[in-house]
Amino acid sequence: MSLEKNYLDVPGTTIFDAEQSRKGYHLNQFCMSLMKADNRLRFKANERAYLDEWSMTEEQKQAVLTRDLNRCIAAGGNIYFLAKIGATDGKSFQQMAGSMTGMTEEEYRNMMISGGRSADGNRVVGEDGDAQAHRQPQGKAGNKVSN
Amino acid sequence: MAKITASVYTSHVPAIGAALDLGKTQEPYWQPVFKGYEYSKQWMKDNKPDVIFLVFNDHATAFSLEMIPTFAIGTASSYQPADEGWGPRPVPVVQGHPDLAAHIAQSVIQQDFDLTIVNKMDVDHGLTVPLSLMCGQPPASDYNWPCPVIPFAVNVVQYPVPSGQRCLNLGKAIRKAIESYDDDLNVQIWGTGGMSHQLQGPRAGLINKTFDNAFLDRMIADPQGQATVPHIDYVREAGSEGIELVMWLIARGAMSDLNGGPAPTVKHRFYHVPASNTAVGHLILENN
Repeated sequence: MSLEKNYLDVPGTTIFDAEQSRKGYHLNQFCMSLMKADNRLRFKANERAYLDEWSMTEEQKQAVLTRDLNRCIAAGGNIYFLAKIGATDGKSFQQMAGSMTGMTEEEYRNMMISGGRSADGNRVVGEDGDAQAHRQPQGKAGNKVSN
Repeated sequence: MAKITASVYTSHVPAIGAALDLGKTQEPYWQPVFKGYEYSKQWMKDNKPDVIFLVFNDHATAFSLEMIPTFAIGTASSYQPADEGWGPRPVPVVQGHPDLAAHIAQSVIQQDFDLTIVNKMDVDHGLTVPLSLMCGQPPASDYNWPCPVIPFAVNVVQYPVPSGQRCLNLGKAIRKAIESYDDDLNVQIWGTGGMSHQLQGPRAGLINKTFDNAFLDRMIADPQGQATVPHIDYVREAGSEGIELVMWLIARGAMSDLNGGPAPTVKHRFYHVPASNTAVGHLILENN
């Protein structure tokens, strides 16, 4: 009998389960390494060379190099680990979260000040809320251009 | 004998810690958040516990993917504030209570909850932000938190996290453990995390005031009912990171009314949107 995964139809959301965790192990452990100041310096000095020290897939490396957090998450990343990249870049959690929506920093901040994103229309894939696939990107920042 | 006198519930948003540490508490954006904790800081002074049993989650700080304990109790004598990538928060070292912690570990494991015992752990914003909110910044003349703290870390990062019912039952076991400790200690139990928030994907920024306020209502009056709510409801209604709220049920399970006693008194309730990406919720319940 297969595992019950009743969380796969939440729009714009990837649940970090055992399968994602296995897929993202090296990516997330690379992120952990950035908690040491020396490693942050080495990473900043030559990102590609630093990433090549890790058993990450090319897709994971490209996702990090382009700072495309949605792509990182699809490749098994978890936001609390990916936040170490943001910290290395001097980005706040709000800037990181906002970068996944296609909104500019100001647009995302204003959404939060106005009470945040509504759950209405965003509970199940196929509804018409702003987090649904057919409504991306949501703002002026647009989608990140992938290399 | 030791007893649990009260429970405290609060969000532990990292940006709140940053606002405190960078002196931004008087900015219009942050003022309403800190105003909600003014009563709480006075209450802490008037009701100083001997020990705080603090339920929180680690955010890929002490625990990487090398080891993922579902429930981990700190039995160390002290815990350093962690460097989460911005340098450690400028707050005091957290003093533990190894004797009581070891007692709780033994008792709770004998009640069939398989705790991981941790003797070395840095503590991140999940633990230090609630301390800052409730205690304020300790003065340089006495640079300590008001009392020892037993950190209790719950995995809410990798799915599946423990169920609400298991968390509530664990709280009951923790209560039994504390009440069988010989010293006359006044213990508070804190549950932290939440409220609604999502930090990932195109759905980032989700906030659900209706869900959050209903959760606060049920934490007060119907925790047993709330414990039966499945994870998927938290994810759909309160965001993928809103699942942290199950940790509140551990603290709630340790209160008298769930163990044959009278209902608690609500001393304080506060709710505010937003702090960064997150809804801030806060409750203080006193045992009678």
